[in-house]
Formats: sequence, C-alpha cells, structure tokens
Amino acid sequence: MNPVLDIVLAVLVLTGAVFTFIGSLGLVRLRDFYTRLHGPTKATTLGVGCLLIASAVYFSFDGDGISLHEVLVTLFLFITAPVSAHLLSMAALHQHLPSQAPAPEPEDNAGK
Amino acid sequence: MLSIALPIAFGLVAAAAGMSLWRLIFGPSAPDRILALDTLYINTIALLVLLGVHLSSPLYFEAALLIALMGFVGTVALAKYLLRGDIIE
Amino acid sequence: MKQFLPHPIITPALTLVWLLLNNSFAPGHIVLGLLLGWAIPRLTIDFWPDTVRIHKPAALLRLFGVFMWDILVANLNVARLVLAGPKHIRPAFVAVPLDMDHAFAISLLANIISLTPGTVSAQLSEDRRSLWVHALDTDNPDALIAEIKTRYEAPLKEAFTPC
Repeated sequence: MNPVLDIVLAVLVLTGAVFTFIGSLGLVRLRDFYTRLHGPTKATTLGVGCLLIASAVYFSFDGDGISLHEVLVTLFLFITAPVSAHLLSMAALHQHLPSQAPAPEPEDNAGK
Repeated sequence: MLSIALPIAFGLVAAAAGMSLWRLIFGPSAPDRILALDTLYINTIALLVLLGVHLSSPLYFEAALLIALMGFVGTVALAKYLLRGDIIE
Repeated sequence: MKQFLPHPIITPALTLVWLLLNNSFAPGHIVLGLLLGWAIPRLTIDFWPDTVRIHKPAALLRLFGVFMWDILVANLNVARLVLAGPKHIRPAFVAVPLDMDHAFAISLLANIISLTPGTVSAQLSEDRRSLWVHALDTDNPDALIAEIKTRYEAPLKEAFTPC
C-alpha cells in the first residue's frame, strides 16, 4: 500500500476511535442526564463519521472503483443523531429528571 | 501504520462499547438507558466498519447500515413511549 | 407540473441515495434511480403537506460551510470538557427566541444547534416562539443566544423567507 495513504488511513481510524471513546467516556463520567446527552450526540457521531470516511478511502483505493456508500451511513447518522437527542431531552424534561442547571417546565407538545 | 492503528482502534471502540453497557445496566433513569442503548448502536457500527477494513471485505457495510436504521427507529420509539406512554397515537 | 413532479428536490436526492446504496453509477442504475425518485414522491404526496421553498440557495451553502467548521470545533470542545471532568463544566438551560415560523426552518435550526458547540436543543415552546437549548458549558447565556441567532438563524431566515 501507498505509504501516504497508509498514514492518512491510520490517522483517520485513530481519530475516529478516540472520539468514539470520548463520547462514551462522557456518558459514564458526567453527572446529570442533560450533560451526558452531549457526549454521544457530538463526539460519537463525528468519531463514527471519521471511521466511515477511512473505510470509504480504503475501499476506494483497495477494491475496484470508488466506494461511496459509506457516505450514506455518515449522512444518516448526522441527520438522526440530533433528532434522537431532542426526543430524549424532551422525554427527560417530561420525567423531571434531576439537572445541574435549573430546568424549564416541560411543554405538552410532544410529537408536533 | 494501519496495521498498528487498527488494533488500537478496536480496543478504544470496544472500551467505548463497554462504558455504554455500564450506563445501560446502572443508568439511574430510563432516558439514561435509552441514550446508552443508542450509543451502543453507534459503537457497534464503528466496530463493524473497523472489522470491514480489517478483513478488506465490504460485506459488513450492509449490516452497519441496517443497525443505523433500526437503532434510530428503536430510539425514537422508546423516547416516544416515555413521552406519551404510547408509541402509535 | 405539480402533479407530475411534486418535489423537485426530493427526486434527485432519492436518485443519489439509490446510486450510493448500490455503490454504482452505471447507466442502468441511474435510470432506475430516476424512476424511483419520480415514483416515490408521487405515491407519498399526501404525507408531505407543504412544499419547501428555498429562496436563496447561496445562503444555505454558506451556512453549510460554517456548520461543517463548527462541528469540528464543537467536537474538540466537548472532548476537552469531558476529559477535564464534571467539576469544570457549567451547564445551563437557555431560551432562544425564534424569529421564524416555517416548520422546516425551525427543525433545521434545532438540528444544527444539536450538532454544534456544546449545545443540544431541548424543547420547543408550545407557541413555537422560543427554543430551549441546553448548553454544556457557558458563563454568558446572552452571548450564546446572540451567537446562535446571528450565526445560524439569520442565514436560515434569509434562505427560507421570500424576498
């Protein structure tokens, strides 16, 4: 394999893995639900995004022809991550989970 | 380089999955557990993608895509259930 | 025209998704993708009550560039805060007043907020006039509101309101 490509792939894979790790670390380490929500929605999404880009580059140079279908998973994750975060935070507000910051009153407009 | 980076990445992602599992088991509230499950899905996608690169096989991509789809639908359904006490209104 | 091609944006998007899914840009797949991209919006037209009209695509493109950069910054920020530990973060709920009433623009704004520095959109108020945002680490909520409004809301407003 081309040495430049090798290094680029290694950096992408390591960056992705480190961000995935930090996202889950936030899940374990932070104190209330609302702060824990930040780790998985941002770090994990970018981490998996990096890994998928690495995979796309790898298969584009390794297999026959360019491989772009990884873009689909990346796109899908970037569209869905904020939606599930929003729904989960609405559910948490609805259940009056303890929060470090003063929480607003839940609104009864779920699903609109 | 890649042959060194891949095992490290496998270790990091597996540790991430372990931590999500910890939150899934001990998470004090239901939204915490759903969030942990959602993170576990995404960690699994990462593991599958790494496995695909490791084995030079594009076959795992379909599995990753399906987990992404099903994971999102599952998370939304569970969050909706907590909000409304019902999934289909 | 409206009956024949109800969503001129969705058709190419669906075609592209089909081509990516098959991982091939062969002419046969392009034809099949265009066919699906035409048929699916026609069959599901009843589920799309209002069409989205983008008046200024350039504003949206510029926003996309800003957004991509902010995702990177956001992740480095969140990573730093997580590694620094829970003692060093100052979380807050902030209500961002909205100037838009287009449902699609609001949901786009909520998604952008969730993916950018240290903020997750928590809930929309009943009257769709303000958006509650949870910030991971902030000491100046007013500056945060101003940043969200000028950086993300203004371009969205520009792109989605008729001029």
